[in-house]
Amino acid sequence: MNSIPAGRIIRFALLSLGALMILAPYIFMISTAGKTQSDIFTSSLSLIPQRFYFAENFAKAFAKVPMATLLWNGVVVCGLIFFFQVVVAIPCAYAMAKLKFRAAQLMMVLVMLGLLVPIHATALPLYVAFDRMSLLNSYTSLVAPFTISVFAIFMFLQFFRAMPDDLLHAARLDGMSELGIVARVIVPNAWPAVTAFAIFSVVAHWNDLYWPLIVVSKQAYATPPLGLMYFRAAEAGDDYGALMAATLIITLPLVAAFLLAQKRFVEGITMTGLKG
Amino acid sequence: MSSVALAGNVASAAALRARSEDRTAWLLVAPAIVLLLLFVLLPVAAVIFLGFTDFELGYGKFRFVGFENYAHLLNDRTFRRSLWNTSVYTAIVAPVSIMLGLGVALLIEGEGRARGFFRTVYFLPVASLIVAMATVWQYIFHPTIGPLNALLSLAGIPGPNWLGASSTVLYSLSIIGIWQSVGFNMVLFLAGLTAIPRELYAAAHVDGAKSALDRFFLVTWPMLGPTTLFVVTISITNAVKVFETVKMLTDGGPNKASEVLLFTIYQEGFVYLRVGYASAMTVVFLAILVVLMLLQYRVLDRRVHYA
Amino acid sequence: MSALSLRGLKKSFGGNAILNGVSLDVEAGEFIALVGPSGCGKSTLLRILAGLDHADSGEIFVSGRDMSPVAAADRNIAMVFQSYALYPHLTAGQNIAVPLAMKRLSRSQRLPLVGSLLPGQKEIRTGIAHDVREMAGLLKIDHLLDRKPGQMSGGQRQRVALARAMVRHPSIFLMDEPLSNLDANLRVHARGEIVELHRRAGVPTLYVTHDQAEALSMADRVAVMIGGNLLQLAAPDVIYNDPAHIEVARFVGQPRINIIPALAENGRVGFEGIRPALLEKVANGPVSLGIRPEFVKLSPSGRSGLAGRIERLEFLGSEVIAHCRLDASGDSVVAKLAPQEARDLIAGMKVGVVLAPEQAMVFGPEGKRLRIAAGARQEPAYV
Repeated sequence: MNSIPAGRIIRFALLSLGALMILAPYIFMISTAGKTQSDIFTSSLSLIPQRFYFAENFAKAFAKVPMATLLWNGVVVCGLIFFFQVVVAIPCAYAMAKLKFRAAQLMMVLVMLGLLVPIHATALPLYVAFDRMSLLNSYTSLVAPFTISVFAIFMFLQFFRAMPDDLLHAARLDGMSELGIVARVIVPNAWPAVTAFAIFSVVAHWNDLYWPLIVVSKQAYATPPLGLMYFRAAEAGDDYGALMAATLIITLPLVAAFLLAQKRFVEGITMTGLKG
Repeated sequence: MSSVALAGNVASAAALRARSEDRTAWLLVAPAIVLLLLFVLLPVAAVIFLGFTDFELGYGKFRFVGFENYAHLLNDRTFRRSLWNTSVYTAIVAPVSIMLGLGVALLIEGEGRARGFFRTVYFLPVASLIVAMATVWQYIFHPTIGPLNALLSLAGIPGPNWLGASSTVLYSLSIIGIWQSVGFNMVLFLAGLTAIPRELYAAAHVDGAKSALDRFFLVTWPMLGPTTLFVVTISITNAVKVFETVKMLTDGGPNKASEVLLFTIYQEGFVYLRVGYASAMTVVFLAILVVLMLLQYRVLDRRVHYA
Repeated sequence: MSALSLRGLKKSFGGNAILNGVSLDVEAGEFIALVGPSGCGKSTLLRILAGLDHADSGEIFVSGRDMSPVAAADRNIAMVFQSYALYPHLTAGQNIAVPLAMKRLSRSQRLPLVGSLLPGQKEIRTGIAHDVREMAGLLKIDHLLDRKPGQMSGGQRQRVALARAMVRHPSIFLMDEPLSNLDANLRVHARGEIVELHRRAGVPTLYVTHDQAEALSMADRVAVMIGGNLLQLAAPDVIYNDPAHIEVARFVGQPRINIIPALAENGRVGFEGIRPALLEKVANGPVSLGIRPEFVKLSPSGRSGLAGRIERLEFLGSEVIAHCRLDASGDSVVAKLAPQEARDLIAGMKVGVVLAPEQAMVFGPEGKRLRIAAGARQEPAYV
């Protein structure tokens, strides 16, 4: 009888220890963002700042980093990417799942091939092409390569295949066109898949550094990760207080979104993860 | 007479319908095909093509060099270093984050009230900007003012120069990589665990599987098979693609001790602008991904009938 | 000493009582069907017996031995699950071997990879394989041993599940709706098979089902459980002909028994001229009169019986079900008739509803059966 609580205590202790290690960077980030320079140098282990320096550090971060621009760029780029991905992928996935056409097999091969190729593999020729077209440093170059997501096609395909054919037969009997079916029957029913994919897509592109680093060299088009990199490079020194403040601001939107909608997040990652 | 005509009409109506369905389908698929060609197929073809040239950005002309780039790669010490470092990083991060992810998932699965809390905490790094968290890790790893070494010195251990010494930099990056991916793997394993029918555990109890370990080997582990395979593939692929932390924290240094595949490609292609040579590297990178996928399918094929 | 005895088992989940003190004895070699509507607690009872759940209070004895401190794995109680719960990654043969491997191989011998290198395990494994083949022969599934559950039909899976439960010669056999996932034809066939297997093996069996036909046709004794209470435990014909409780009478029998509200007055029940005398003392007040549909006759001329009207006729081939309503009381009465008796009937027509008073059962206000004095049967039924 005694062994059950003992096992439970050990389990809880192990989980707490691991959680502490996971949380440690966040704790230090918040703590350091409120410390003065000298405080940082002398007492790195005390978590509570000797003098509360939050306001100064945040002011410095806001002064040196165009936070609003960065966050706006992040929202615009992620929003546009997600919009195009869904608009392109849903009709394509619907046709592949529910219509009979000769190229269906070929499309499937293309999708499977596409799943394999990350942006890192196509970056070189795309960069050369964007350079030739003088499109570097633009939203176009940031968004265009991601407008097609084979992953989205693949995921929606799985989702649509599970939808009953009778639903479509009924819609056709009611006199809807194929496009009408996509707009009025498929899309409203695809919401769970769309939200799941939205989370996957936004997390991926909000975090992406590789492609923005390649096509953007001006602050005006920098996405949050890129902006943070610039700031760190410009500061160069060890002004960790301001750096942590900037880090905190840039991390916050996505973390807040996650904490608010964590059930959706976990569902989304699970759904996209397991089906990818 | 009329019935024959009717039959003909029906047949041609069916053909007409099939043709119209075909046309609609093409219409729906067309944007995807065009974009796929433009942003995936053509660039991949171009990379393979450029890999056989000495193309450099800024020079107008280029010429075919056959396999010269690849021959050069074989003797390129930076590239070989980079391949080796990527392998070491992957060999550390993938297995450790998978095992920790499974362990945490098993512990959380059995947890009652605190389950939601722990899931949130472990998942937090996945939702955090990795570039931002990398700078936090840089502070933690700082040799003089970082809390980690301060902690070690309390215990009387002289802390290493984590990210600054070529002997430790790869391990330090691996710690960050593990920290980042444990939660992701955990969530996937949790989904796999909840999909196991409860009755199988009941059957295992009745069949005499007395200890938790017996039930793990009889039910949990085999039932997690497909999930595990997926987690393994995605963990390896993600580890091979490590770039952000390297670019942010070490720039491949010190002394190329943290040169990894994508970073080398980035340097060659976008800093030195040697596009042809970088393309050859990219082809190698793609080949690695292809091999990983083929391995996954091979394993998947051998596990049959899990219905 | 009974093979299995339950004494006052109680269980509640979050304030909801699932079992209200269930006591039951299963004798050696007996086949008992535990039947009740879904949610009546029968599956919970089975899980407690198997050791998968714990009762809040009460005792379980297997051949006189107290089972409460014994873990599920050590109870030597076998169970067949509704979903069969076969391990999908193992072949049929490996599935059947699991209980034997758990019992006969040591923990280290069971370990994957390492286990197969340890000494002594080879002979044990040969023994296990032999027993598995023998059991497969008994159940005629020899040809399935190398298949995985995903490659088998529902009926085949059900046999494998049976084999896995029987292979270790358990002291008690529990079955949790093992036939409910089979289609109707196969189910009737499988009933016979399970009874036959039980007859041969002689292991005391507790068989849970919500299907009264299954319970009545298979079991030596039927235990009817409703709302966490065991209402009656008796032979199938007693359950049907002599139910101890109104809920038992209602649950068993298709179509359902007619329950007509009546009044008890001075030791007699009064309903439209039916006035049987009661043996037990009952306070004046409402009681229920139960008459099975086969004891209701219809008189097309309307000359005998209570005035009523046919609302609906159901033709079922060998019988006809007539749904009637009595004019005076407005009660609905169902009659089960032979086709020739129903030849002249049409829906909507007026008929006389003849209730056979000697077949009437009386239930008290709490649902308990009240006995009728034998003399009452000679009384004229109608005034």
